[in-house]
Amino acid sequence: MADFRLSEVDQKILDTVIAVGNSTERHTRYYEDHEDEIPPARLEGERGFEEVLPMFGERKPDDTPMMTFMMALSIARGSARGVTRGLGLGMPTGRAAGLGNAALQSAGTADQKAKWGSLFLAMSITEPGVGSDTKAIQTTARLDGDEWVLNGDKIFVTDGVRSDGAIVWATIDKSAGRAGIKSFLVLKGAPGFELVRKEKKMGIRSSDTAAYAFRDCRIPRDSLLGGDETVPKGGGSASYRGVMKTFNMTRPAVASGGVSKARGALDFAIEELAKEGVSVDWSKSPGQRSAVEQKLVELEADTEAAALTVLHASWLSDMRQPNNLESSICKAKGGEVCRTIPQGAMEVLGGMSISHDHVVEKFLRDGRISDIYEGTGQIQRLIIAREILGYSSEELT
Amino acid sequence: MISFQLTDEQAMIRDSLKAFGAEVLAPAARSIDEAGDMPGSVIQAGWDFGLLAASVPEAYGGGGADRSCMTNAVALEALGGGCASQGAAIMAPGQFVGALLDFGTEEQKAEHLPQFAGETPVACSLAIQESQFGFVAENQRTTAVRKGNGWILNGDKRLVPLGEQASHFLVLARDPEGSGLGAVSAFIVPRDTEGLTVAAEAGTQGLKPLPKARLTLSDVALPGSARLGGDAGIDAQRLVSQARVGAAALVLGLARQATDFAIPYARERVAFGEAIGKKQSIAFMLADMHIECETMRWMVWKAASLLEHNDPGAAKAAALAQDYVRRRAVKIADDALQIFGGHGFIRDLPLEMWLRNARSLTVLDGPVSV
Repeated sequence: MADFRLSEVDQKILDTVIAVGNSTERHTRYYEDHEDEIPPARLEGERGFEEVLPMFGERKPDDTPMMTFMMALSIARGSARGVTRGLGLGMPTGRAAGLGNAALQSAGTADQKAKWGSLFLAMSITEPGVGSDTKAIQTTARLDGDEWVLNGDKIFVTDGVRSDGAIVWATIDKSAGRAGIKSFLVLKGAPGFELVRKEKKMGIRSSDTAAYAFRDCRIPRDSLLGGDETVPKGGGSASYRGVMKTFNMTRPAVASGGVSKARGALDFAIEELAKEGVSVDWSKSPGQRSAVEQKLVELEADTEAAALTVLHASWLSDMRQPNNLESSICKAKGGEVCRTIPQGAMEVLGGMSISHDHVVEKFLRDGRISDIYEGTGQIQRLIIAREILGYSSEELT
Repeated sequence: MISFQLTDEQAMIRDSLKAFGAEVLAPAARSIDEAGDMPGSVIQAGWDFGLLAASVPEAYGGGGADRSCMTNAVALEALGGGCASQGAAIMAPGQFVGALLDFGTEEQKAEHLPQFAGETPVACSLAIQESQFGFVAENQRTTAVRKGNGWILNGDKRLVPLGEQASHFLVLARDPEGSGLGAVSAFIVPRDTEGLTVAAEAGTQGLKPLPKARLTLSDVALPGSARLGGDAGIDAQRLVSQARVGAAALVLGLARQATDFAIPYARERVAFGEAIGKKQSIAFMLADMHIECETMRWMVWKAASLLEHNDPGAAKAAALAQDYVRRRAVKIADDALQIFGGHGFIRDLPLEMWLRNARSLTVLDGPVSV
């Protein structure tokens, strides 16, 4: 039976995650909104995820299925005004939590997983001139004896400063398009590998973002992820497909991040405006609402709708049903609301919403990336349009 | 527990009504719309699915299935995907039955429910809308005043579904001393009651063939037993929310139908040497239409599900679903028309009819309920 009610224990977990996250609110401006400050193991007054963990033991088999609940948890966590540390959210926890680790797990050989599994690996795909159109990447790799020689520039490498190395996309045959693209594990310290800079960003500042340069960078032959050195005729290589599959799995999680920042900004606006005597009376008909009340209703409806698409995509995966299309739908909606809702929340709050005294402006800066990384909203629409129209990626570009 | 799983029965109802919508309702939609008249055969064919009879308790001769807002939402979406006008005509009596089930006294149920378990269609409907622009359900101008053991009703009800054919109306009226939905009651008014005048409406932009009437109530005297729920009355918030979500579910089906109609056209229609579906300006419109059809459904389901469980969050969920669907559904119908260009404007194709129906369903409270 379709149902949208959370059990008491699930609701308690979500409420506690928000309370735990809020406990670091007064430190967030310094640590979480800053490129270079590494927070201590525990901040003053910080409550940890260990407070929440035992509650999972109270969950019953007929509670919300796990992936679906983890997405609800992700939305709650990201809507808090500080951070909840020690919460893995379906990704490996601890140091080996980079996107490169996910790629290694889905595309690496058993030997490679054993050898590099404990390293912290970033994912390095984007180049100064190549973003969403990943098959057009320019970085090259050529075999020279028992070594690969890499040449090119990479940008927007998430965790690229703190990581031990990165999974780097390069082409071994430019004429072959996506079939020529392979991924290579490059460790820090490899000759010819330079960490060029750490980016300064609008938001998500405590997550480092690196730029790399490869100048005749030499790495061992067994660094090719998956080990397949051939260029298949017609269609992508196994490692290319493997990494694209990684994206299919992570889209609902990334979408939940966008929804969470929308939720956080909206909750802030609702709470603060209520103090000023402005709130939505849900029993009133639409025609009875003031302009601000109507705006709050629209912000709430849009946020709720996006959240439901995330829950639906993850519920399908819980049910072991295909969810590729639904993952793109939720990523498109998450990307939409990460922009419109914090912007709208600031609109109803007025001038003081820009102040660093308050957290609401940070939700806009932190959330905004959600419509860009792991496939822009436009790429999601392209994927959806191809699917519903029955076009291949060559037919609809 | 969050779940998007329909029951087997709901899935079966959805599938059979979708097929009925595609094979029976959709092909006849244009000619019925042009004629502006609802054939009795449509009502009968819809009645034969036995949806209302199933929801009537066994004690009154019905199927005894649970009164389910979710099932109604699923049925309305499926019918709306065939033809919103015919779907509305088929489902309008459900507003009367649902309200009786939710709020009626034993006597009221015993008197009115058995007829809905039969094989002959019964026309009864809910009268909410009034003449004034900016009408809001909580500010009813129709009043109900106590007189002895009975009630005196005065007012003007508009666009009442099935009005001319209806045997009974459920009329919403306000206690003039009170305010808000808490002061709103529902009264069972037989069509032949003295002081009640029923006249056909002149015509409407959308839902054209759905019979609609204007009720004029002047000093209509009713016995005490006419008030739905007796002394306890009704939860008018819940009743109005059910009507709003009902309209949303129906127009959701329409939006899906318009999207599914536009997709093959975008593949066939060639401009500047290629199918217009291969141009991002059109492809992205279709992607957004698909995204919003899916998203609207979850908003409708959540509201219907919470209403079904009489959850404290139901009124909010219903208001959110109404707001979301009214903004998205009209745009989808409108964009579908745009994709067809001038052909969308010609009455040979259903696009302009869908836009009229979408606009109509997103400004009314009803004419169907979950």
